Amino acid sequence: MNFSISLTVNGVRRDIELGDPRVTLLDLLRERLDLTGTKKGCDRGQCGACTMLVDGRRINSCLALAISHHGADILTIEGLARGDQLHPVQAAFIAHDGLQCGFCTPGQIMSAIGLIDEAQAGNDSERVREGMSGNLCRCGAYAGITEAVLEAQKTLADAKQGRAA
Amino acid sequence: MNNFDYVRPATVAEAITAATAPNSAYLAAGTNLLDLMKGGIARPGRVVDVTRLPGLDRIEHLTDGGVRIGALVRNADLAHDAEFARAYPAVAEALLSGASAQLRNAATVGGNLLQRTRCGYFYDTASACNKREPGSGCEARDGENRLHAVLGWSEACIATHPSDFCVPLAALDAVVEIEGRSGRHEVTLEALHRLPGDAPERDSVLEPGDLIVALRLPGEARAFSAHARYLKIRERTSFAFAVVSAAAALRIEQGSIREARLALGGVAAKPWRARSAEKILAGGKPDQAAFRRAAEAALADAKPSGDNQFKIELARRIVVRALMLAVAGTPARIAALPASPFSSEVRSIA
Repeated sequence: MNFSISLTVNGVRRDIELGDPRVTLLDLLRERLDLTGTKKGCDRGQCGACTMLVDGRRINSCLALAISHHGADILTIEGLARGDQLHPVQAAFIAHDGLQCGFCTPGQIMSAIGLIDEAQAGNDSERVREGMSGNLCRCGAYAGITEAVLEAQKTLADAKQGRAA
Repeated sequence: MNNFDYVRPATVAEAITAATAPNSAYLAAGTNLLDLMKGGIARPGRVVDVTRLPGLDRIEHLTDGGVRIGALVRNADLAHDAEFARAYPAVAEALLSGASAQLRNAATVGGNLLQRTRCGYFYDTASACNKREPGSGCEARDGENRLHAVLGWSEACIATHPSDFCVPLAALDAVVEIEGRSGRHEVTLEALHRLPGDAPERDSVLEPGDLIVALRLPGEARAFSAHARYLKIRERTSFAFAVVSAAAALRIEQGSIREARLALGGVAAKPWRARSAEKILAGGKPDQAAFRRAAEAALADAKPSGDNQFKIELARRIVVRALMLAVAGTPARIAALPASPFSSEVRSIA
């Protein structure tokens, strides 16, 4: 049995035929749409490598059935930079060495964007660490990740204030 | 993962009809169900996607002071609803102490109530497990069982219920609204989950086709909002299930406890309401001696199911500590590390 779904992925509408209802959002993007920036770590919702924004919220795409997300608006790591201009969270991860091997990084960055949008952590590093606890980093780059999130948050807040002024 | 027939009903009535077929499962966010299906623990032949059912995603603040929460409200949205968090702070704290931000953004209220145990033998399809496969035995009984139940367990099953959310809900007399083949009915949260007995495969009292549509908290539960906490011991400070947890809520008038509510998590196959402890506390002074007596009463029937004797004393201490935190008062803002004894806000209290 075939199922038709439509998604908006990084601003582009995609119409997809699914031959199997078992496909997760993660596998759909990686295997069908060639968007391999989002990583498959544990595939069980425990590591956060597959984090993407779905309708503006960070979720584990490995535990989301694609067929159930017909109509969703999806943002992945591939949708962040504008040409050579990196998103402020990407730039902050580089500036603060928020990575070593880089496998968890797309998930960390998408999670950080979600965290900043949720506006619950403020400039409290303990709240940032708690808010990022769904993203594991086997290299242990947590100190740099926390610094990067705090700086990116400030950059984004300043930019927002600049626009409002 | 086994293949399945996928259906997406447009109405609650259609959903119930679809899910009444044998071996059907309701799908909401799927944060628990898909994990179980990937591991071959759940193998539904039909998945009934309820995410598009209308009207189940609202938080309604009722005129009697209570709140009605649609079953599809996301855990994070409920925890961050300012009026809800003010009225039921221990519930909001419990929600934020569970899972990760990504999972809370997806997981629904109804799904949280029905999540299945995290017992490793339940998850390992090569092991005997009466909950997964009735009659096959319980390998946890003689296995790695330091995190298993100390209350209400049976020889057939020593698994615990993993939800944080359900613990303060049990303490605060939450009610679950259910639609089923014979119409709408309600059960208290406390009566929703079953103890294992000789049928551990049945986690709850729900019948085939039954769909949780909403959860209600009574207006009277707001009376505890000034002194309500959730405290949870985990093996790591964040993104871990409870070893033991407690929800404590007090109504304090003129220096005395007018009414107390207490429930424990991580100790049994259901959130464990400790009514005997509540009775001991009511009318007395909120001091450590009374809290210790209450803790003794709460765990009076506890017995280890394996290498978990330590959980009984740990649970007593968590009860005392949660009560102390409740007396100190609900913080204006939920702690940076929700429900953690290692939060700087908590360490400053006794």
